[in-house]
Amino acid sequence: MWKFLLPFAAFVALVVLFAFGLNPKRDIHALPSPLIGRPAPEFALTDVLDASKVVSNSTLQGQVYILNVWGTWCVACREEHEALLEIAQQHVVPIIGLDWKDERDRAKQWLEQLGNPYQAVAFDHDGRTAIEWGVYGAPETYLVDRQGRVIYKFISPITRQVWDHEFLPRIAAATRAGA
Amino acid sequence: MTRALLALLLAGSSAAFPAVAADQPVDANGQLADRELQLRFEQISKELRCLVCQNETIADSNADLAIDLRRQVREMLVAGKSDEAIFKFMTDRYGEFVRFAPPLAPKTFLIWGAPFIALLLGVAIIYRVARQRSRQPLDE
Repeated sequence: MWKFLLPFAAFVALVVLFAFGLNPKRDIHALPSPLIGRPAPEFALTDVLDASKVVSNSTLQGQVYILNVWGTWCVACREEHEALLEIAQQHVVPIIGLDWKDERDRAKQWLEQLGNPYQAVAFDHDGRTAIEWGVYGAPETYLVDRQGRVIYKFISPITRQVWDHEFLPRIAAATRAGA
Repeated sequence: MTRALLALLLAGSSAAFPAVAADQPVDANGQLADRELQLRFEQISKELRCLVCQNETIADSNADLAIDLRRQVREMLVAGKSDEAIFKFMTDRYGEFVRFAPPLAPKTFLIWGAPFIALLLGVAIIYRVARQRSRQPLDE
């Protein structure tokens, strides 16, 4: 009896393990962010479109907002851009861009040619702000609540599906809370 | 004339190595001037994971992020931060996974213990199978 059950139990355990671990939808390189539930790091950087202006998230206190990390060098960001433009049209929450390790001229050109979904884009040339946010790739997108806490991080290009299923419910909850 | 030329050469050489010129006391080889700090820098860099190429340390990786994180470590060392403070800075922002060798802590017990547990399990199974075999009558 046991001769049969034990290997069978081991087999079932392996099946469960593989179903979880080999799931093609899982991004094995995605790391959970330790920023979740903690205050969003403050930044004050120049506006990528106008170096004389400052873009700071301290002015967004009390608002739910999205921070989208991108760069003109990032192929996946190019993929994501159209979805962001569509999403921005919905005018649900402000989308703040963090232009990471980029060249100002190229970023300007990119936004002019492809369209600008951002309320403002902060120019993080040396990457220090990105380090504060624990950014390790692009695109990465953070959701910040009214209390200025990071409540969600999405690693991967955002699609309409992701927006509808992952972001909108969280944004709705965050908008209700603290209202 | 020669002094002006010299000044120009110096300015030119620091422009050629922008990463090392302005903000840190590094020499022409990109090493920290303080020998002890340089040694600590090398050690710490070997213990931090490059999250872009996740099987490399920031000491080995050429990714932009690794370069930025090495700069960060250098700056913190020069500012007098301890090794623990530097590791905490990194894990606060990137999580435990940024430590290349998982720290010895209750939650990482499984990672460290798994090979030994597997070994014990293997030995136990071999033992049982060997005993069973020795009990069976020999084939004629």
